[in-house]
Amino acid sequence: MLPSSRNRTRIMPKEPFASSAERPLRTHAVDISLLSRSDSGLRPQERNECLSVKNLNLYYGEKQALNDISLSIPEKHVTAFIGPSGCGKTTLLRCFNRMNDLIDIARVEGEIHLYGQNIYDKGINVAELRRRVGMVFQKPNPFPKTVYENVAYGLRIQGIKNRRRLDKVVEQALKAAALWDEVKDRLNDSAMGLSGGQQQRLVIARAIAIEPEVLLLDEPASALDPASTLKIEELIYELKTDYTIVIVTHNMQQAARVSDYTAFLYVGEIIEFGYTNTVFTNPKTKQTEDYITGRYG
Amino acid sequence: MREWFRSGSPWVWLNAGAVSVCLVMVVGLILLIAFRGLGHFWPSDITQLYYLEEDGNAHRLIGEVVDHEQVPRERIEDLGASLPEDVIVVDRYLLKIGNREFFGIDFRWIAGPSIINQAHPGHIMAIERHEWGNLYGYLVGLKENGEVIHSDKPNWDLLQGRLSRKHTLSKEIRHVEKDLVGAINYRMEKLRLKERGLELEGIVDRAAYRHIDTERAHLQDQYDQLTQRLAELYEAIERDSVVVEIADEREVEVPVAQIVRAYQPNHMGLFDKLHFYFTKLWEFVAEEPREANTEGGILPAIFGTVLMVMIMSVFVTPFGVVAAVYLREYAKQGLLTRLIRIAVNNLAGVPSIVYGVFGLGFFVYILGGNIDQLFFREALPAPTFGTPGLIWASLTLAILTVPVVIVATEEGLSRIPRAIREGSLALGATKAETLWRTVLPMTAPAMITGLILAVARAAGEVAPLMMVGVVKLAPSLPTDGNFPYLHLDRKFMHLGFHIYDVGFQSPNVEAARPLVYATALLLVLLIIVLNLTAIHIRNRLREKYNAAE
Repeated sequence: MLPSSRNRTRIMPKEPFASSAERPLRTHAVDISLLSRSDSGLRPQERNECLSVKNLNLYYGEKQALNDISLSIPEKHVTAFIGPSGCGKTTLLRCFNRMNDLIDIARVEGEIHLYGQNIYDKGINVAELRRRVGMVFQKPNPFPKTVYENVAYGLRIQGIKNRRRLDKVVEQALKAAALWDEVKDRLNDSAMGLSGGQQQRLVIARAIAIEPEVLLLDEPASALDPASTLKIEELIYELKTDYTIVIVTHNMQQAARVSDYTAFLYVGEIIEFGYTNTVFTNPKTKQTEDYITGRYG
Repeated sequence: MREWFRSGSPWVWLNAGAVSVCLVMVVGLILLIAFRGLGHFWPSDITQLYYLEEDGNAHRLIGEVVDHEQVPRERIEDLGASLPEDVIVVDRYLLKIGNREFFGIDFRWIAGPSIINQAHPGHIMAIERHEWGNLYGYLVGLKENGEVIHSDKPNWDLLQGRLSRKHTLSKEIRHVEKDLVGAINYRMEKLRLKERGLELEGIVDRAAYRHIDTERAHLQDQYDQLTQRLAELYEAIERDSVVVEIADEREVEVPVAQIVRAYQPNHMGLFDKLHFYFTKLWEFVAEEPREANTEGGILPAIFGTVLMVMIMSVFVTPFGVVAAVYLREYAKQGLLTRLIRIAVNNLAGVPSIVYGVFGLGFFVYILGGNIDQLFFREALPAPTFGTPGLIWASLTLAILTVPVVIVATEEGLSRIPRAIREGSLALGATKAETLWRTVLPMTAPAMITGLILAVARAAGEVAPLMMVGVVKLAPSLPTDGNFPYLHLDRKFMHLGFHIYDVGFQSPNVEAARPLVYATALLLVLLIIVLNLTAIHIRNRLREKYNAAE
């Protein structure tokens, strides 16, 4: 029983968000009233586990950036990482597709299992892992190629040359990313000519074109205007029926709106992890409460 | 004043001044060589004058005034001219009198005061010849097989008719000699080498040689026929001659076969002169040189320069790019890579002659010598690749310019945003795939920038080339109709060396000087054209990958 239809009305009501600009000032950084109606009875353990992190430590040279992280990310839900700048959210996210391998001084200890398989095992094919765990970055980073070629990039990497198949996947991915109607007439124009919001949806389309199992979103809306942000958030909502999504965000309203689970990180540690509703309405620790109510961070 | 200094405007003025000085120098350079070089082809009027020689007698001189200067009288007196008492500064003129085989010299300084009765008669004539330079004089008549022709037509028209007949004939002779006989010689040489190869393999059976012998006999047959035809052509072309009265009133006979063109500049209108000018200019660009490079064109030098630069680019670009990719993308950044980078940068500062020495020692003697031993044994002791040639010159310049390409490419690679690489890797691309599909295409403009700099440097380099393949006069172009069409082992001519050779090694300094300027201008133009092409390509690429930088 997927809770998607219920979630839509519960977590992401369109009306209050759309008019958020006119909303009067609140004492809380997050409008808790949005969440107070929630009564989700699901426990993380009841879901199928997609990613599980076990005693993960990460060091940048001498400095420890992640400290003994353990958590379990359920399948086909949205999990948000929140926390103040420099707390290790993005670092943790980049562990899931081993992007930290690119940083020479980064060193990882511990395990992350993707459907039971440790992705830090020696024999793991990192390229294949990254195909299964897609990622969207903070700033839109389309390739200086056409819109079409951007979306087809991952497929071409896999050696798919069949034009008809490429056409079909490109169209599907762009439709799934809610971009098809805007770009269908300019597939052969440079992707650099799209607006920031369109570019970000394009890179999401690019990521889902190769049908990953997990989608990592690193502050996907931080460089965008409110209208584009809304579109991205709606998109995340649509995508979670098919993908496990992990999102890093600075915007707590966004976390509250789009995620099912929230992890609060502080200085490299997980302070609290649970249902988004619970974390936002009834945080277990003082630190979490202080952060989400905007007292620091 | 202090306010003025404070305001920063002196700094702006200084900067703007530096730019202006650069601009003036560049424009001045181009203008100077253009003016000196291009003026040479203009058909200037021919002067006839009487000149008071030392012995007190007036002699007739005919020629073109090519230079004029004012000198103190002492210097003229050294020449032996007698001058009035009150003159301090004297005009003197450089007269191109031509007719070298009759007068011994073809340029002569004359003092202005000793000139009497200067005139520009219309029917005075200049004859440009294949040998001995120009001839100036009056047309007296034409001869056919030694007999004077009597005709109703004026001699001048008659001469032009004979000249066009000569052009047709000489074109055919050229075709027969260069293309047909050349091809036969080439095939004969191949046969000889084949035979020698068989001998080296120790084959004594005459049967193996039979087809060589038959083919050789066949070629010999063709050769004999061609020689026969050539003899006929030569007889035909040598039929006519012209009789010319030269300055000292002698009548001399000039074979029409020797004449390139005859013209009467004093008769010519502006449009005739323009037509003549552009014909000469075209000849300069599109013909082969004559007379120890002081006449005719410089096509082989242009061709050699362009070809060498192109072959160099083919070697240097992939090599430099691959090296840069390794240094920037794969090598562990540490002391060793730093040292390599410093070494590469310093290589760019090594004097080019050193590269020439290296090219001669390594490429020509070691590499070329071994290639000869391995593949061209039958031609030894005559070297094939073991001697300076086009390929070695190109390779030497490739080594000379590879640091430029490496540095530019590395610069380009370091400018590709991290986000783009990560975006590609996050889609499951390996590092190599990311490089090939995304990073390298985006670096292409930087590579082309490197190539532009490399080409600019290579095209202007002379010193190392003198050791590895450039010659004063190459008997044949590096490309021709004989398989494999591109002969990388041949020696070639080069514009830069041509300038040096014409300017400093020429037996006829006065005749050569304008050509030095003209060739220099052409070299500059050539480099500009090569660069503009590359810049155009780069801009197209930049457009394609815009906003990525």
